[in-house]
Amino acid sequence: MASPAQGAVGSPAVGQGAAAESTTPTRRGTELWLLGFAAALVTGALMLVEANQEQTLTFRIVWYGLAFLALFGVAHVAVRRFAPYADPLILPCVAVLNGLGLVIIYRIDLALSERAIQAGREFNNDVPKQILWTTVALALLLAVLILIKDHRTLTKYSYTFGLAGLVLLALPAVLPGFIAPTINGAKIWLRVGPFSIQPGEFSKVLLLVFFAAFLVSKRDLFMAAGRRVLGIDLPRARDLGPVLFAWAMSLGVLVFQKDLGTSLLFYGTILVMLYVATERGVWVGIGVTLFVGGAFVAYKLFTHVQQRVANWFDPLATYNDIGGGYQIAQALFGLGTGGVGGTGLGAGRPDLVPLANTDFIVAAIGEELGFIGLAALLLIYAVLALRGMRSALAVRDTFGKLLGGGLSFLLIMQVFVVVGGVTKLIPMTGITAPFLSYGGSSLLANYILVALLLRISDAARRPQSGSRPRPVPQAPIAEAHTVMVERPS
Amino acid sequence: MNTPLRRVGLAMLGMVILLLANVTYIQIFKADDYRKNINNKRIALEEYSRERGKILVRSGDNPEILATVQATNDRLRYLRQYTNGPLYAPVTGFYSTRYGAGGLEKAEDEILNGSDDRLFVRRLSDLITGRDPRGGNVELTINPAAQTAAYQAMESNGFKGAVVALNPKTGEILTMVSTPSYDPNPLSAHDGDAQEQAWNGYNKDNPAKPMLNRAIAESYPPGSTFKLVVAAAALEDGRTKDDPVTSTDRIAVGGSELRNYNRGFCDNNRDSVSMTTALALSCNTAFAQLAHDLGDEKFLEQAEKFGIGEDNLTVPMPVVQSCVGPKPDECMSLSDSNAIYQSAIGQRDVRLTPLQNAEIVATIANGGERMRPQLVKSILAPDLSKISDFDTDSLGDAMSRSSAEQLRDMMVESEAKTGGAGKRGDLVIASKTGTAETGNDPKNTPPFAWYVAFAPANDPKVAVAVVVESKDVAATGGKLSAAVGRATINAALAGGS
Repeated sequence: MASPAQGAVGSPAVGQGAAAESTTPTRRGTELWLLGFAAALVTGALMLVEANQEQTLTFRIVWYGLAFLALFGVAHVAVRRFAPYADPLILPCVAVLNGLGLVIIYRIDLALSERAIQAGREFNNDVPKQILWTTVALALLLAVLILIKDHRTLTKYSYTFGLAGLVLLALPAVLPGFIAPTINGAKIWLRVGPFSIQPGEFSKVLLLVFFAAFLVSKRDLFMAAGRRVLGIDLPRARDLGPVLFAWAMSLGVLVFQKDLGTSLLFYGTILVMLYVATERGVWVGIGVTLFVGGAFVAYKLFTHVQQRVANWFDPLATYNDIGGGYQIAQALFGLGTGGVGGTGLGAGRPDLVPLANTDFIVAAIGEELGFIGLAALLLIYAVLALRGMRSALAVRDTFGKLLGGGLSFLLIMQVFVVVGGVTKLIPMTGITAPFLSYGGSSLLANYILVALLLRISDAARRPQSGSRPRPVPQAPIAEAHTVMVERPS
Repeated sequence: MNTPLRRVGLAMLGMVILLLANVTYIQIFKADDYRKNINNKRIALEEYSRERGKILVRSGDNPEILATVQATNDRLRYLRQYTNGPLYAPVTGFYSTRYGAGGLEKAEDEILNGSDDRLFVRRLSDLITGRDPRGGNVELTINPAAQTAAYQAMESNGFKGAVVALNPKTGEILTMVSTPSYDPNPLSAHDGDAQEQAWNGYNKDNPAKPMLNRAIAESYPPGSTFKLVVAAAALEDGRTKDDPVTSTDRIAVGGSELRNYNRGFCDNNRDSVSMTTALALSCNTAFAQLAHDLGDEKFLEQAEKFGIGEDNLTVPMPVVQSCVGPKPDECMSLSDSNAIYQSAIGQRDVRLTPLQNAEIVATIANGGERMRPQLVKSILAPDLSKISDFDTDSLGDAMSRSSAEQLRDMMVESEAKTGGAGKRGDLVIASKTGTAETGNDPKNTPPFAWYVAFAPANDPKVAVAVVVESKDVAATGGKLSAAVGRATINAALAGGS
């Protein structure tokens, strides 16, 4: 859209001391145009909902659209100021996803409040809270960009992050029921005053930072050869530590919190980071073997796991069972009714699906925007994650690579687990769709994730000379007296 | 590190492609299965929010709307509304999101909701022009004046029962009244609680059962009106209206006796009376003996020719079976050799719907040819162009024209002996009354009072059957039902139909 020249003109003198010789375009102009496009899309979606639901259109919608643009405009200015070379696609992708999420949550509010009126119940709209969370999340994005000028500084606090992540993760399971209630069968919430938070959402990012730093510092250790069996290099038994730790942690989440989704998310992401760090596929093999074993044991031990699998095989067969396939069947009915083109925003019945604005929000989109809308949504996620991955490839330090790769994979893994669950590709495990679903914790955590990706992409594209901060020495490689035998690759 | 990162990137792309492929499968290839699944409420909800067609009648040339829709601002978009709800409820039925539909709303649902194949072309044009599909309209054969007169006659007296009037020449149903009635409006409220409250008020909390359509969904012992069937069988057997029949005061039936209503001899005559006199005075012994002399076979055959025993009649609402015998599988048989005596006078196991009894007199009025009773006059497209028109449908001859004319003359004599209000000097009515005993203790249980008639006798334009579940043990058909029947006839004839 914007020519590079325009981007360059737009490239700020305010950028932190951009070197005069730099000809690398910042592409901030592109980002602004795309944000405008995103705001137009979201406003259009809101118009459709209004037209279909209320049968009237008011000028007010334009103001909502402008307010949305203004909100992301602030984020855009912050990126211009604090991460001028950041990838121009990341923020607009997030804006579209978040905006569409708000529209759908509003749309489901309308349906649910009408039902509540008919049943004479009280109903609290979710969308004002979600707008508040969005504002807070954007403020958090700002804070991360301001506080973390260079992602490599994170390595200094990696153990702190790791510890904090673990504590947050374990907190709901350990705390008593009145402060950590069991909701929908999972014990993953903390109740603080009027708010419910899911600390696990934050520990995802914290633990990921820790693992990236940890794996980078111990990288050579894991690359050391162990025994060679049948042409496969097995790692040394003592190096199995991290993968076993991840495995145990995931199982812990599964057992104590009954949260299949988060468990799967952790495990998959850590496994992928291990693979990237060591460049050895054998880790994936070992990890998958452990996963299959763990999954099998979990299936044998826990009835809720068996139920999920039964619902996955045939949700219609367990339709009338308690905890049966009703939810998934409703989601499939919605997706089927939507078909290729969808019913149109505001013209479907997504409120028939339980949890329509959180775990099953994708079903609502599939029903009202159809296959076309759902495919577009998946492609936006793909673009977002692949831009992150591109930045990881381009960034020069290994920590940045590992962190960027891990964050990007975490994003797509969430999408895979939730969309796959809703569309019966894999068993439903109940996690939120990033940026779309209602829920503050998930939104805040994912904005932190995006802030880090912006930071890494900024580092990746920033011209090397001048402004480049002096590399922070990496955490010293373990002073182990082990003899390193690095296999020539 | 870049090689594994690239591979992970490819894996991520693979995951998205896997999701896309699965969504393609679900939303394109399996979409129809899921859309049409019985548990998917979306289609039903969509039909509820479609602009449902109207139900209308014509008085003269002016259409009168019985059921229509009003646009609303909620998600169902249209509210079903009934003008004169209780008056027409047995015809229109109800339309509820929670309790389904009844009456014509159910029987003609596909027309009214627009899914009928006959509306296909119009649906297609709606699709192209982008307007929401609408339902077709149903015009009824009901004569509003006669319907109103019958309903008011029943309601003003607090009668529980039914009135059915037919056009004997065409089978058009001119009146279908069932009292006490109900207002279908609250059942189609968009407020679920209001629906529930109304539903309970009409059903489990209400012993009067206002939602029971007594005209077609309930059957009653026909009492003396059934003597018309015996008389028809006798005339068809070669007897004439002046042939003598017994006037005895009692017939031994098994261990008990069958006696006349006045407990004496018929017409105080110890020898015999003519069949005409026996019918006019409604002598039980005469018709019990006559039926016995004819035999079970001829008796049942005549009943069948009038349509008794038919189990799949729809008008288009389904009509319950009328029977001579005790059970559905013995509907057209007599349980023992003595059963015919009591069956001949419409007792024992004989049960007729008011519609069936109206059909019998309509057949006599029409010279013995039975016409299919129908409620739907025509079906109109949303733009009021005609899709299908009324078609008379003969169900064959139940008796010869000469037998029918003799029976008509007998009924004219009967009317002369019948009291009650509404008689007019300028109108000759042919009628028969009946007082059917009911319950295990018939002498102390209020009877069902019947009046079946047609008029004018020489050129019948309306046939009517009235049944009143009386509250008075001493009630007879003449006192209660005749006035209602005559009011209906007078209103129907005044309307010029």
